[in-house]
Amino acid sequence: MKELTLPNIELPEEAEYLRKEIREFLNKASIQGSFEPKCDTWLGGYSAEFSRKIGQQGWLGMTWPKKYGGHERSALERFVVTEELLAAGAPVAAHWFGDRQTGPLLLRYGTEEQKQRFLPLLAKGEIYFAIGLSEPNSGSDLASVSTRAKKSGNKWIVNGSKIWTSGAHHAHYMITLVRTAPLGDKKHEGLSQILLDLSAPGITIRPIHLMTGEHHFNEVIMEDVEVSEDMIIGEEGEGWKQSLAELAYERSGPERFMSTYPLLEELVRRLSDSDSDYAKIAVGRLVARLWTLRKMSLGVAGLLEQGKSPEIAAALVKDLGTEYENEIIKVARLLIPSNPSVTAESRFDALLAQAILHAPGFTLRGGTTEILRGIIARGLGVR
Amino acid sequence: MSEIRSMLEDTVSKVLKDLCTKELIIAAEKGEFPAMLWKTLEELGLTSVGISEERGGSGGDLGDFMTLVKTAGYYAAPVPLAENILSKIALEKSGLPISDQISTFSFENEIEFDKADSGWVLSGKAKYVPWARNARTITVLGKTFENKRMIANVSLENCEARHHENLAGDPRDEVLLNQVRLNDHEVKAIDNGMISEFINLAALTRVMLMAGALERTLELSVTYTKERTQFGRPIGKFQAVQQNLAVLAGETTASLAVADFIISNIDSTISAEEAAMAKIQLGDAAEAGSRIAHQVHGAMGFTDEHPLHQSTRRLWSWRDEFGSESMLARQLGERVLQQSQDLWGFITKIPGIKAKNI
Repeated sequence: MKELTLPNIELPEEAEYLRKEIREFLNKASIQGSFEPKCDTWLGGYSAEFSRKIGQQGWLGMTWPKKYGGHERSALERFVVTEELLAAGAPVAAHWFGDRQTGPLLLRYGTEEQKQRFLPLLAKGEIYFAIGLSEPNSGSDLASVSTRAKKSGNKWIVNGSKIWTSGAHHAHYMITLVRTAPLGDKKHEGLSQILLDLSAPGITIRPIHLMTGEHHFNEVIMEDVEVSEDMIIGEEGEGWKQSLAELAYERSGPERFMSTYPLLEELVRRLSDSDSDYAKIAVGRLVARLWTLRKMSLGVAGLLEQGKSPEIAAALVKDLGTEYENEIIKVARLLIPSNPSVTAESRFDALLAQAILHAPGFTLRGGTTEILRGIIARGLGVR
Repeated sequence: MSEIRSMLEDTVSKVLKDLCTKELIIAAEKGEFPAMLWKTLEELGLTSVGISEERGGSGGDLGDFMTLVKTAGYYAAPVPLAENILSKIALEKSGLPISDQISTFSFENEIEFDKADSGWVLSGKAKYVPWARNARTITVLGKTFENKRMIANVSLENCEARHHENLAGDPRDEVLLNQVRLNDHEVKAIDNGMISEFINLAALTRVMLMAGALERTLELSVTYTKERTQFGRPIGKFQAVQQNLAVLAGETTASLAVADFIISNIDSTISAEEAAMAKIQLGDAAEAGSRIAHQVHGAMGFTDEHPLHQSTRRLWSWRDEFGSESMLARQLGERVLQQSQDLWGFITKIPGIKAKNI
């Protein structure tokens, strides 16, 4: 089964050299108090200042061409930067989606003008992107989106709404999946991706608070929003296919198994004097699984570097990885008696609280576990 | 993968596909050693891959050996392929003579080595020895009265072997060494580092066997769920079954990625921790994978008639050989907790420079 074969990837020397650089940077930033390590920072850790600093270091748009402000480094070097940022629990949410998805999308399908206009600012960490996919009536059945864009002269007029849009209240733009042709028999057809300026008239961004009261999600309502016709990405009507191509980037990265890594690290630190066999076994198993998942994720990065789009392998990484993020929580809370609270002074209690309260999202965002397993089943040929 | 290795894989696959049939495995489990199959493997030089040509082997490196074992796992081959080569690698590395007869090993049992006026006297019991009844020699480890670690290769003609089997019906015999006399040149001293290396290598053969068996288990499951019809459609069309298959595919892919890492790195370096992590992953996957495979096969897979159990019963045996998940995880966890200030350095193999105020 070819779809299930991942190459064994060894990180090249340049990547390990880069690792030392980024560790020094993060170590300094942490000592200076510019961030406090947290769980799930790629959703919740917004810091424009930090993102700009990362951009100045040359750690955004790493694989993109230099003429668009990129750094022409390998996907494996980018992998190292990504995993180091997550391991440190650094605040990366502002630039995350733009750097991970929008950049590669524009490079692949964008016009020359779009690339020149947006990519250099993305790589500097100065503009942020949200991804507008789900709608009030389109969740897992994403292809049923009903947000409409109608052509009027040289403009698109957009009407509809998007929900669960992470970071839309901070972002400058939203890559929006819209219907540009009437819904026919085939719902995957007639969809397009439009680059929407979130400060345009007719846009209302309403917070959807998480159960913790935190504000990361939004509803983005579009009422007769005018978008210049050159803000369509790629081909009109090819939005579904183009969105699918993003998924391998979206689903296979270290953020799909490292959202609770800071908790694991704190757990291990707290157990340093433990002579409990039970604790050793539990920690040993967690570490072995992390090691395995990292190999898989690196394998997918290797395929992406070769220009492939390993959708099924990426779905596998996300499925196993997000289960693992939950497993860390389960093991940690049973090993160390605690009273988890986001305001706790104990670092362990605070990290555990962040992890528990964010956990329901892990296996939902970016494609639910059920949807992913359906994709895998299709890859196996049974569906 | 190198061209030679991929040719090796093709050759062994072809032989096993033709000869290692369901019927052959059933017969082997009833005690009939598949001599024809062994002879064919031997003639093709496949029973000594990884042993240098100077010492009578077929050459090739440890990556080739691992590739071969993974394929044997896929076909549930009831022959001491891994054991014969492991025994001879141990003999070659410790400078002892190698015979061209089938050899097995016991690395975990302590045999007493007593120095006699001329030569040595070996005594003790080696349990759970693979294919001792079919092998001609056994490579044993043990120690002297002064706790010096020793290795020797003993003719099984001089030992009593009691027949036992693992869950799959493959021979795992008990061998009694009752004052076996050996000449000086048949015994060597060995250091602890080399002993650990042999045990790790043995554990890694189980990783490979399980990786192959899991791949086979997934294929059987996919095929069955496409063919078996209930409620008017193939059971693979039901979401509940698809969800199970996806989990099996996830564990299999993870395991194959680990196996591939081992194959690619074993000739440079695989640390004891990496070997342990590999075996923990495969052991966990064997558990989840075989459970799902049986679930989707329904009662059919639980019967003697269906070949599924030829893979799953082996998975259940191999996962316990050379360290169960919990035994290995305890050692690994202990090591991780000793370096508890730098977990990330351990994972990335690049020691960290974490802020000390954390």
